[in-house]
Amino acid sequence: MASTTEIQTRLDPSIPGTDPHAALLAVEDLRVEFRTRIGVAKAINGVSFEVNSGETLAILGESGCGKSVTAQAIMGIIDSPPGFVTGGRIKYRGVDLLKRSKEERRQIRGNKIAMIFQDALSALNPVFTVSFQLTELFRKHRGMTRADGKKRAIELLDLVKIPAARQRVNDFPHQFSGGMRQRVMIAMSLALDPELLIADEPTTALDVTVQAQIMALLRDLQRERNMGLILITHDMGVVADVADRINVMYAGRIVEKAPVYDIYAKPSHPYTKALLESIPRVDLKGQQLNVIKGLPPSLVRIPAGCAFSPRCRFVQDVCKADPPPPLYDVKPGITSACHFWEEVRGDE
Amino acid sequence: MSEVVLETRDLVKYFPLTRGILFKSKYGDVKAVDGINLQLHRGETLGVVGESGCGKSTLAKLLVGLEKPTSGSIVVRGQDHARLSGEEMRRARRNIQLVMQDPYTSLNPRMTVGDIVSEPFQIHPDVAPKGETRKRVHELLELVGLNPDHINRYPHQFSGGQRQRIGIARALALKPEIILCDEPVSALDVSIQAQVMNLLEELQNELGLSYIFIAHDLSVVRHIADRVAVMYLGKVVEIGSDIQIYDHPTHPYTQALLSAVPVPDPTLRGHRDQIVLQGDVPSPANPPSGCRFRTRCWKAQEICTTTEPPLQPWPKSVHPSACHFAEERDVIHATH
Repeated sequence: MASTTEIQTRLDPSIPGTDPHAALLAVEDLRVEFRTRIGVAKAINGVSFEVNSGETLAILGESGCGKSVTAQAIMGIIDSPPGFVTGGRIKYRGVDLLKRSKEERRQIRGNKIAMIFQDALSALNPVFTVSFQLTELFRKHRGMTRADGKKRAIELLDLVKIPAARQRVNDFPHQFSGGMRQRVMIAMSLALDPELLIADEPTTALDVTVQAQIMALLRDLQRERNMGLILITHDMGVVADVADRINVMYAGRIVEKAPVYDIYAKPSHPYTKALLESIPRVDLKGQQLNVIKGLPPSLVRIPAGCAFSPRCRFVQDVCKADPPPPLYDVKPGITSACHFWEEVRGDE
Repeated sequence: MSEVVLETRDLVKYFPLTRGILFKSKYGDVKAVDGINLQLHRGETLGVVGESGCGKSTLAKLLVGLEKPTSGSIVVRGQDHARLSGEEMRRARRNIQLVMQDPYTSLNPRMTVGDIVSEPFQIHPDVAPKGETRKRVHELLELVGLNPDHINRYPHQFSGGQRQRIGIARALALKPEIILCDEPVSALDVSIQAQVMNLLEELQNELGLSYIFIAHDLSVVRHIADRVAVMYLGKVVEIGSDIQIYDHPTHPYTQALLSAVPVPDPTLRGHRDQIVLQGDVPSPANPPSGCRFRTRCWKAQEICTTTEPPLQPWPKSVHPSACHFAEERDVIHATH
């Protein structure tokens, strides 16, 4: 039996020491590595950013750039070993989560910061009904009874616009279609009214018409609740539709930060520029696709200097030498980790 | 237009739904492909788009002969592939090769690249004489932009894009006229996608190949296809040149599909005609009567329930569109 005080802390979602005026989430110089048999893979090498309430920050990058690991580090769900957070701070309202106990972090997970995963089928438990999985949250975190929890579960399914929620709540995950399953995931993440939602490729596994439904739903819910949203994706189309600010990642570093309109109009890093030129667009015919030569580097052997230099068309000798380029201030709100950002932008 | 290299006539594939283990009884069909007429011309790329479950992968399997059609025919060089058997089919397959979606599972991990690319020559020994296969494999690897010195490496030693190149080299080995690409770039990162798409285009120009390009990504299809067929629940609902389909779509489903594609340009945010469809695709085991799209269509009327609209030109649609109320609506460009 748990003592009364233990139950009290478990039911009370407020975290001691938080400052309501501090940024909702501030990540500072985060470093994560995976110690594997073939060597140490440096997945994140000093990543810093901030998110505030009501804001959508997109983290954009290709597979292996560290965008999902960033999300896992914030949530505290990196498999360890082999993964280790080796440095930095993850501050929720001024409180460094990395210094908190497991139990305190568990309180924050779901209550304050929640996450939506890419593949809803494998993120949901196949042997329990949706009702059970949603009710469990309320029972464990809010001490509700089964009946009350189920009532809330039905409300949540209604909120994410699942038709006939009262009946569907008793179904198993496999009985839902891909889009409906993702809605269940969203319902689950919103259950405890988090202030920050991290969506890791929420629509990658879905068809375009369903993707549009889900993104519209996420956008509406975020506005209603004034949540902060971190959208992790590789899809530059989705980002253009919903993000306020973008962080572009490459080989475990942020290479460019900019508001969404600026980045598409005038990228300041050669990688961003090349990415934008290599995507086909549905509304243009006969555009030339610019190919980025070569491959992203192995995280076990990240090149010295700028990690993008072997594939870069602006490369010069200084790029190939350590230390890697810092994030230069380009304009207010825009930073680029390229020595030659002026050339990349083509500013006069 | 150039000659037709492949034609399907009323192609149908039903998968029976059965009950029981010992005494199986049939109680229905999944109508995966339900009457498809397509023509592929020499040197052209025909894009086939649609959402999951619309039957595009079944269509691919039928075309390469991995599934036998329930009825209808697939005519290549005057031969009906649906009626061929055994040895004839084996020879005929040579002409249509397949590039598969997932370069991680479509290559045997225990075979070297050389073995993978030369395997077609073992099955079809008359294509290249025994002594020449190694030389041919070298040529093929070079053709797809791989280093021929890597002939003894295994698939896991390559990246996703390189693996897809191996798959393309294997498909080219028997000098086919037609290559069927089933989602060839959807498993790849954006920066790698462009490399593979450019390679496919170069090979087409060099070798005069005809492609059937199946994909769910409409931007990719726009980039590569000359003509596009839009599928919904086992049927083609609209077909036309890429400009007709993308800039002047007349079927409501095509319009909804196109309007849902995000465009990488934030200045268009809120300035595009967004049609958000309600609900999911109905089950292909029990498709709606009349027009199959009517359950999600905002134009649906009485006639749509009773009469299935034929795929044909309409007063307000120059190209074939299977809608009683086919009418042009530009959904991908800024409207205001």
